[in-house]
This record gives sequence, C-alpha cells and structure tokens, in this order.
Amino acid sequence: MKPARFEYVAPASVDAAVETLLAANGEGKLLAGGQSLLPLLNFRMARPAVLVDLNGIKELSFIELRGESVVIGALTRHREIEHSPLIASRLPVMSAAMRHVAHLAIRNRGTIGGSLSHADPAAELPMMAMFYAARLTVQGPAGRRTIAAKDFFVDALTNCLEPEEIVVEIEFPIPQHDGWVFEEVARRFGDFALASIAVSIRRGQSGIEDARVAAMGVADTPLRLEDVERRLCEIEIDVRMPDRFCEWVRSSVSPNSDLHASGEYRKHLLGELARRALKTALAAKGDRR
Amino acid sequence: MTVNVSVTVNGMRHEISGVEPRLLLSDFLRDTLGLTGTHVGCEHGVCGACTVLMDGHSVRSCLTLAVQANGSEITTVEGLGTPETLNVLQTQFREHHGLQCGFCTPGMLMTGEDLLRKYPLATDEEIREGLSGNLCRCTGYQNIVAAIRSAAALRRENA
Ligand SMILES: Cc1cc2nc3c(=O)[nH]c(=O)nc-3n(C[C@H](O)[C@H](O)[C@H](O)COP(=O)(O)OP(=O)(O)OC[C@H]3O[C@@H](n4cnc5c(N)ncnc54)[C@H](O)[C@@H]3O)c2cc1C
Ligand code: FES
Ligand code: FES
Repeated sequence: MKPARFEYVAPASVDAAVETLLAANGEGKLLAGGQSLLPLLNFRMARPAVLVDLNGIKELSFIELRGESVVIGALTRHREIEHSPLIASRLPVMSAAMRHVAHLAIRNRGTIGGSLSHADPAAELPMMAMFYAARLTVQGPAGRRTIAAKDFFVDALTNCLEPEEIVVEIEFPIPQHDGWVFEEVARRFGDFALASIAVSIRRGQSGIEDARVAAMGVADTPLRLEDVERRLCEIEIDVRMPDRFCEWVRSSVSPNSDLHASGEYRKHLLGELARRALKTALAAKGDRR
Repeated sequence: MTVNVSVTVNGMRHEISGVEPRLLLSDFLRDTLGLTGTHVGCEHGVCGACTVLMDGHSVRSCLTLAVQANGSEITTVEGLGTPETLNVLQTQFREHHGLQCGFCTPGMLMTGEDLLRKYPLATDEEIREGLSGNLCRCTGYQNIVAAIRSAAALRRENA
C-alpha cells in the first residue's frame, strides 16, 4: 500500500463533488484518470485527506459539436479524443497531437480535464488549449464561470482554479484553416516533449490570411506566439518564409536548461521544428481540411 | 475507512469487503486475490509491468485504486491462456523467444493484446510506438516486436 490514508468519496454529480470539496475544507483532491495524481500519491508527495473520484459522473464524458466549436467534457479520456472522427475532422491538429500523449495504457485512463488541470508545461493538451484559444467552464460553490486558456495556465503545474472549483467542459472554437502541422521531439516516443510546435494557416490570394502558432517545452506554460502569427500574415509567401519564421520563433522564446536538455538546445530544436512545420503547412493546398 | 469491492477477474467474480481505499489494484490482485502474474516494477506508471485489462482496455494497475475497479471486469495474464493452451500472442512470444527473465512479460502481453485490438500494427514503427510504455531490461525488444508482428499477421490471415 503506497499512498497515505485518505477518505474516498465517489459523488454522482458535479454539484455533489463541489459539496464534498467544500466539506473537506481545503484537504480534498479530485481524482480523474489518476495518471498524474496516483504517482504523486504513491510517492506521498500528495497526501489529501479526502479523495473525490469524478469517474462516476457520466455527464462529464462527451465530445460534441456546438455551433462553431467542439466541446469536450472534462472526464473524456485521451483515447476517446485520439479516436474521435469529429476531432479528426474539426480539430485535426489536436488529433495529430494525441498520438504523442503518453502511452496506450495511460491514454486509456487519462482525461482532458486532468491533463489541463495538471498543467504540465510539456503536455500536449494544455498546448492545444492555447493553440485553439479554448475556454474552460468551471464549477465552484458560486456557480459556473468561463476561463480563457491563456488565463488558466499560471505557471508550471499551476492553474488558476480555486480549491473548490472543478473543470466541467472545454470549448474549442474551430479555426477555418487549410494547412496545419504538429511537430514534436521527445527522447522516447510517448514521453513528455523536449519541444513541440503546432502551426495552422489559411492561405489567401497573395499570402497567409490567418495563422495560429503555439509551442511547448520551452517555457513554464505552453505558449501561443501571437506576434509571430501577425508577422506571418504581413509578408508575401516565398522560399525564404520558413527560414524567417524559424528565426522569429527562436527569438520569441528563452527556455531554461534542465536535466533533459539545455535551454540553447531546446531553442535550436524549436526553430528547426518550426521551419519544417511551415514548409509542410504551406505545401498543403486546401486538401488538409 | 474501508470499502467493498466486487469485481470479476478472469471470469471469476469476487466480493471482497474491508478494502482500504488506498489499496492499489496491483496489490489487490497480487496480495488479496493471490494473482501474482501481474508484476510490479516502478509503481509510478513508467515501466508497464503491472498492465492489466479493465473492461477490455489496458491500464496501469499501479495507477488505479482497487476501489475504482468496483463493478468492472479485469483480465490479468493468468486469464490469457493456460500452459497447455496458450493464446495466439503467448504462442508467438514463445516461438520468437520474446522473453528472457520474464519480468516484463505480463505487461508486454497485456499491452500487446490491447494494441492488437486497437491498431493495425502494419509496421514495426507502429509496434514500437505501441510498446514505448513498457520497459524490458533483457531482450533488447527485437524479439518482442517480432512476436507481436507475427501475432498481427496471424490475426490478419484469420480475419
Ligand atoms: C509514464 C507517463 C507518461 C506520460 N506522458 C505524458 C505525455 O507525454 N504527455 C502528456 O500530456 N501527458 C503525459 N502523461 C500524463 C497523462 O496525460 C495524465 O493523464 C494527465 O496529465 C492527467 O490526467 P488525469 O485525468 O490522469 O488526471 P489526474 O491524475 O486524476 O489528476 C491530475 C490533477 O488534476 C486535478 N484534476 C483532475 N480532474 C480535474 C477537474 N475536472 N477539475 C479540476 N481539477 C482536476 C487533480 O486533482 C490532480 O491535481 C504521462 C503520465 C505517465 C504516468
Ligand atoms: S509498476 Fe505500474 S507501471 Fe511500473
Ligand atoms: S524479459 Fe527480462 S525484463 Fe523483459
């Protein structure tokens, strides 16, 4: 028995889960897929008095089209997102990113709500939340509120939630783009990324009309590079564009060194991935959804 | 605090009371039910030795609480076949010498079973990606990949 003792509660609704958290007086912890929390419990780095298991709340598990957005319930498993035809057709960059999320057995359990809340700076789903400018609906004692992804991720492994708040669903507006790429390098397939970039564009008559660029592994939170997006739309498409893009991306990040790679290497790597990504995105002539 | 766990393991139903909620599924299988085929290596999700099927999907039993398995159906390596009647994947592991010490093997087999159900496994790259969450310190993986490649081919022939 590795974890320290705790009370176990499995509420059947989000309301009941919020009640349980309130009653636990700051000593409660939510359990979703457990794929980040169980290691912490096993190491006794987390010792909650009450564990609130969300797995019985079935209405938290769905993927649906709502207007111009795809909305995903917080308890939806990585596996379900990976294999969803709706995600593949409307959010293809996310679909491509899912293969890189951990390993099969972990994707079978891990959830999008858990991944976003855990806020690992090298995790794919938080990066996708930034990339798609997602909005998170959370419920707490005062009811529901909506938080933009850019406000949700505060620091490495830190989100902006109050202790009694629960992520309920996440809305991903669908961009109208025709070229997209997800690039990642990890030490071992399925491990957390050393660096990763996502690019998607819509081409107009003479240049790029709209662009999205997000990166991760290079800061304490995933980043959306809005300056770079703007500059991509300001110049004409020519053979030098990928090189210029590479330089812009590199100059907009300053990663730290850690056990896995030096900051300089991560920066270099991200630039290379950026160059490769833009070439591929430009080559897609409207046939890539 | 203790809870009741009722779970079907390898087709057999168990009703166990007095389970501490902090008991991991891996320890429940090994210590409470005596099914020691499920191996425990790292106990934090990295090595894959403890992989079992829960309602048909592979999961890390060291990252699942026994109480979370309540009402579910678990398959462990003991449920795949018997020494006299090995299943297809087990037979391929034997044919291709896919194990040496055998410590990683239960996890490799349970992962392999789930991979064979979910992915075409048409290339070695795909098989290696699928096995990326399972560590083996003996074989160098070559023969494990060969065993799964061959099981996937047999499955295609029989489809
Ligand atoms: C070996 C290994 C490799 C991995 N590799 C990767 C990888 O390459 N990329 C990647 O992205 N991830 C990786 N992961 C992590 C995995 O994706 C986890 O599933 C994910 O980080 C957490 O999701 P979960 O549902 O398991 O959450 P849990 O572990 O259950 O919870 C994580 C945290 O979020 C909180 N929480 C959970 N749900 C909610 C909610 N609805 N509202 C508010 N708070 C909530 C919990 O209280 C806890 O603090 C890896 C994990 C392992 C063990
Ligand atoms: S013992 Fe469960 S993954 Fe290593
Ligand atoms: S056979 Fe010994 S660890 Fe794999």
